Amino acid sequence: MGWVGDVIAWFQDPQHWQGPNGVPQRLLEHVGVSAAALGIACALAIPLALWLGHVHRGGALAVGVSNVGRAVPTYAVLVVLVLMPDPFGLSTLSILVALVLFAVPPILTNTYIGVSEVEPAAVDAARGMGMSGPQVLARVELPLSVPLLMDGVRLAAVQVIATATIAALVAGGGLGALITDGFARQNQAEVVAGALCVVVLALSVEGLMALLQRRTNPLPTVRAR
Amino acid sequence: MIEGVIGSPLVHGHPPTVADDCLLRNAWVCPEYVRTRSADLVAATAEHLQITLISVVIGAVIALPLALVARRFRRLRPGVLGVSTAIYTIPSLALFSLLLPFTGLSERTVIIGLVLYTLTILVRAVLSGLDGVPEEVRDAGRGMGYSTNGLLWRVELPLALPVLIGGLRIATVSTVALTTIGTIVGSGGLGDLISTGLSSNFKAQVLTASVLCVVLALVLDVVLLGVQRVLMPWRRRGEGR
Repeated sequence: MGWVGDVIAWFQDPQHWQGPNGVPQRLLEHVGVSAAALGIACALAIPLALWLGHVHRGGALAVGVSNVGRAVPTYAVLVVLVLMPDPFGLSTLSILVALVLFAVPPILTNTYIGVSEVEPAAVDAARGMGMSGPQVLARVELPLSVPLLMDGVRLAAVQVIATATIAALVAGGGLGALITDGFARQNQAEVVAGALCVVVLALSVEGLMALLQRRTNPLPTVRAR
Repeated sequence: MIEGVIGSPLVHGHPPTVADDCLLRNAWVCPEYVRTRSADLVAATAEHLQITLISVVIGAVIALPLALVARRFRRLRPGVLGVSTAIYTIPSLALFSLLLPFTGLSERTVIIGLVLYTLTILVRAVLSGLDGVPEEVRDAGRGMGYSTNGLLWRVELPLALPVLIGGLRIATVSTVALTTIGTIVGSGGLGDLISTGLSSNFKAQVLTASVLCVVLALVLDVVLLGVQRVLMPWRRRGEGR
């Protein structure tokens, strides 16, 4: 079990907490690109899913996209993008595009299901009160689908953090770079330390998203599911 | 004895052909690559399939009793679900790396990691499948004199089968995709080909291996769908839900 001591020593070395390959810098890169990707994915997927769910169309697409997303390896997409000519190649753009591609499906699918499965009676009642289509969407369908929508955003956040880690395999930055750097130098302590940093980040993001999900639920007394 | 200019096709000792051209151009789609490296492709696909199947089977064998225990002893349930969410949240690259001190650079590292992911999906599937069995059906079963065990095997599990196989399909498809990351410890099946393709800028190898990965996932998904139809002939018309 000597490796435990090595890992602790790695964390205690002040060198590993500064500079371009230090934990804070790598964390910043990881969080930065992940947040950007999640934001872009939400901006793309939520309006589209709300509209599709509102008009009850494109269900096969909205659900199928998640199945396809599961079958395609994130690593393969990252490598293909990196081998593409400019403006892709070894750039932040390639990594951002890959992250967005894998963040869209869970948001799209969950939001679509959330909106399209809103109680028809609730929609009818809203229409009977004289609400227009957009009003029904904004005041009835959207609030009622928020729990599922946030579930999708949470899944997407987990997916993005994981994909941003894998980005290090294609020479991206982020905390995954500590892992790949450790493998390249055959330094097991660095590999494990990097992995632990990733775990802490992933679990924190999951926890924060779960909290956000609870906070944004407009029907706090009714537990989702 | 080299007659052509360095880098020209003549260096390879035979005149350039149209088929060779895609290798020289480093094209994404290259039948010549598939033809000349078919042995590599078959070996990598076989390794990929093997890692996937072993992981899913072990995962399924552990998941069923684990879920049943979590159901029998209600107090364990939140713990089991919490741990499984936590494992699911850990990125694959980090999970494989955390196993490194225990299993080293070996296929076992990848398989143990993939088994853990499979477990998180399957334990949930078993629990939600059994939760979905209507209480009236359970009552009817008890009324017919089934013991707790008989009820489980003859009534509850058969009714939960669509959800169980649904979970198995999701677990299998995700495992095929995740196996590629095993390349970090040198056992990634088709992921190894993608990895060497990346380091040598070999586009045909990257795309062919990637496509094979997706095809493998889809084929296994269809196979499991077929299993579901065979096991549940009464459900052949129309998909459940």
